[in-house]
Amino acid sequence: MEVTNGENVAKELGLRKEEYEKILSILGRVPTPTEIAMFSVEWSEHCGYLHSRKWLEVLPREGKFSPFWGEDAGGIVYDGLALVFKMESHNHPSQIEPKQGAATGVGGIIRDILGSGARPIACLDSLHFGPGEDERSLYVFRGVVEGVAFYGNCVGVPTVAGELYFYPAFRGNCLVNVMCLGIAPREKLTQAKAQGEGNYIVYVGNKTGRDGIGGCSILASQEFGAEEKRPSVQIGDPLAGKCLVEATLEALNTGYVVGVKDMGAAGLTCSTSEMAASGRSGVEIDLDLVPLREEGMEPWEIMMSESQERMLLCVRRGYEEEIIQIFQKWGLEGEIIGEVKDTGKVTIKYRGEIVADIPALELTRPPVYTPPRERPLYLDKVNNFSLQSISLPSNYEEILLRMVSSENLSSRRPIFEQYDHMVGINTVCLPGSGTVVLRVKGKKWGIAVTSDCNPLYCYLSPREGAKMAVAEAARNLSACGAKPAGVTDCLNFGSPEKPDRYWQFVEAVEGLSEACRFFGIPVVSGNVSFYNENPEGAIFPTPTIGMVGIIEEAEKAVSAGFGEDDLILVLLGETKEELGGSEYLRVIHHREEGPPPQVDLEREKNLQELLITLVKEEILSSAIDLSEGGLIMALVESSVVGESPRGAIVDLECLGEMREDALLFGESGGRALVSVRGEFLNSLQRLAQEHNIPCQVIGKTGGEKLVIKKGGKLLISLSVEELKNCWERGLGE
Amino acid sequence: MKFGVVVFPGSNCDYDCYYVLSQVLKAETVFIWHEDRSLKDCDCIVLPGGSSYSDYLRAGALARFSPVMEAVQEFAESGGLVIGICNGFQILTEAGILPGAFLPNRGGRFICCPVYLRVENNQTPFTLLFAPGEVIKVPIAHRQGNFFIDSLHQEEVKKRIVFRYCGPQGEIDSCYNPNGSWENVAGIVSGQGNILGLMPHPERAAEKILGSEDGRRVFLSVIKWWEEKKWK
Repeated sequence: MEVTNGENVAKELGLRKEEYEKILSILGRVPTPTEIAMFSVEWSEHCGYLHSRKWLEVLPREGKFSPFWGEDAGGIVYDGLALVFKMESHNHPSQIEPKQGAATGVGGIIRDILGSGARPIACLDSLHFGPGEDERSLYVFRGVVEGVAFYGNCVGVPTVAGELYFYPAFRGNCLVNVMCLGIAPREKLTQAKAQGEGNYIVYVGNKTGRDGIGGCSILASQEFGAEEKRPSVQIGDPLAGKCLVEATLEALNTGYVVGVKDMGAAGLTCSTSEMAASGRSGVEIDLDLVPLREEGMEPWEIMMSESQERMLLCVRRGYEEEIIQIFQKWGLEGEIIGEVKDTGKVTIKYRGEIVADIPALELTRPPVYTPPRERPLYLDKVNNFSLQSISLPSNYEEILLRMVSSENLSSRRPIFEQYDHMVGINTVCLPGSGTVVLRVKGKKWGIAVTSDCNPLYCYLSPREGAKMAVAEAARNLSACGAKPAGVTDCLNFGSPEKPDRYWQFVEAVEGLSEACRFFGIPVVSGNVSFYNENPEGAIFPTPTIGMVGIIEEAEKAVSAGFGEDDLILVLLGETKEELGGSEYLRVIHHREEGPPPQVDLEREKNLQELLITLVKEEILSSAIDLSEGGLIMALVESSVVGESPRGAIVDLECLGEMREDALLFGESGGRALVSVRGEFLNSLQRLAQEHNIPCQVIGKTGGEKLVIKKGGKLLISLSVEELKNCWERGLGE
Repeated sequence: MKFGVVVFPGSNCDYDCYYVLSQVLKAETVFIWHEDRSLKDCDCIVLPGGSSYSDYLRAGALARFSPVMEAVQEFAESGGLVIGICNGFQILTEAGILPGAFLPNRGGRFICCPVYLRVENNQTPFTLLFAPGEVIKVPIAHRQGNFFIDSLHQEEVKKRIVFRYCGPQGEIDSCYNPNGSWENVAGIVSGQGNILGLMPHPERAAEKILGSEDGRRVFLSVIKWWEEKKWK
């Protein structure tokens, strides 16, 4: 083996001095360049979770629906079927090359789900950008949406839901969090392991090129500096992605595949070492057998490449030809590149020489860091908002029209219509009509999916914000009648090496953990993305929650739109006089200040149970949870999203004495707006009382206008058509 | 009767069509791999939607060179029933089996949403269960659905229009045209009437739980037509 000035190479690749020393002691010698490269990616923040691992251990793992954890994704089991899901970030690549960054984010998460043996059936995207008035942010936003459409629409997995928010804090560092949900009979789940001496390691998919080298270690594990990082972004090939899904599922179905793993971040390094480690065995790989797209690639380049649409399989000896033929039929590469050994080591050969020989377990056991953390000073400054400091508006209609057409509150239709959200013919409640529900063919039950996080709340209070994100996601699922069943999280923060950012992270994880534990929802998978900052500062801390729920009878799922006239409108939950952290305060008064709404977990849980019962008993005609924009946005959405939009007449007098703007735009948690036919009102009131949830009749549906009064005072009277036009044109074009 | 659903690399509505035909309508249905040269004695061939070959070059431009397309061409010429849905329609025009061509949507973007269609001709094997002028609701999902026909062939093709994009009451107006298609064309048949190409996805509107059952009548029409023909 060649000996180099390892310490310098290690430093170049982002390894610390003490990490290099640890490598020396593991190997008992100076590492080769290939070995340094392998350690640098496996021990990168992105792959190794160095700063987060200790805190992720506190996340709850118990729940009502039997949860399970795989190497790349986890899930729950219901009625003999495993629902596998995971959310992952592709922030840094998307900021540099928006279209390909987003496209490969979609491809990557689909392969993570595929690696568990499940068929991917839905994707969700949680996207955050700088304001649209900012030219660069607009470019990134459009490119990302185009990338999601480019990949998602080809690959045959519907993009059914997500979020889209714009805040100045994401100007230099967008967030692209992609979630995928897959389904498989429980017994068909596969592990990412290499096992059984003499079994073959088979490389399948696209060829390996130089794209994405160091994507995880250099790009995703450091802050953005001034210099360009374009060459590190991978390029997506959705056709190969689609064929890889079909071929892999066909191969798994033969029963001859021992283990499978996506070659995502850290490519061959990650797949070989983690498959060996989880199989408690070793692997020997010959790099001369790896299908290459470019000539003259160095061994370390092959090991670090993040070329897309590749998977690694461990195949039972004697059945390799059958497996390879499946991939060739789908027009993909399929090559034996090595075999399983009982050495416990990852041994890499190149041109007859051993270029790396590392104990697999050691390679997959990166160091854990818990540097100092400190409560940021800004918190005191931004949490001093007092209601008295803003004057009451004189014209609520004008304010409402500005709100409904604002970037964060307006209709997402221009975006989700660019995504094929129906392929697979499972989407029974479509995006834009409330909570998205997927049916499961041949079953009565269905799956509800959502993603949630309000980054401004998290900026104002990382702990409360994270709790609210969980509460809001659960509220959203229960509004259609689904029981929250499992969470995947995507934790987006600044540099963990800065004490104030690290404090935000730990606070948010604890808040997230507390809420999930309280609701009995397990966190089955997740991803951490640190270093989301640029020279202007860090992003708002954003612990994005992806949540999956089960609705016992998919046909009963309730949507948001008012379906007929003369329905009684009921507000469930308590409205407090609070505006901190609200979109109203931000959009109308240009203040990003708190404190944000406090979360009452007990109330939230009661509300969830109430809503689920109401849907089950078929009491509700419509339901929508209250979130950004408060009661008025819930009323507007319910008015405009139905098959035939219709208005309502509402009187807020019964909600108690408080400022009108807080009544309309306040974002108190634990609330939902429902409509019922007259004959069901008694049952609704009785059940609300049983669940200890305040329940106020605030009006009824009908007419062409949305009319809001408070006692004798008329606050708003606008035509539904005008509201709809404003709402739908908020994102332009 | 027997349906065959062709699978190209990158077809992604193949299983949806298969599911509706075999599970919802309980019709005998098989998959046909794009490299097959035999159509497995099928009586109706479905070219499903998706992005065959990822639509590199132009939607449908590469799929038409698949070995199976020779067999489909022959089958179509001999009067066999063929349905091309979305990408399948694009492939049929690229192969010259149906006239016309597809341009990118007006607006340049992919668009996925339910649309209203007016049934212009119910005298085809694919539409005999619809009333003339009936308005139905079926989703679209495409980037290149802007049907174009050169002026020489416009008169001829006009007679073959089966579905047009319309308003909820059947109004034909450009504001109800989602992609800029010539004459609001959403679907046409061949001169002999045995080949249907349509951009909307009838398989996505074949079950009540999906919000519309209008699309299933396209397939049910074919089954009825076939049964009647058999007894003639």
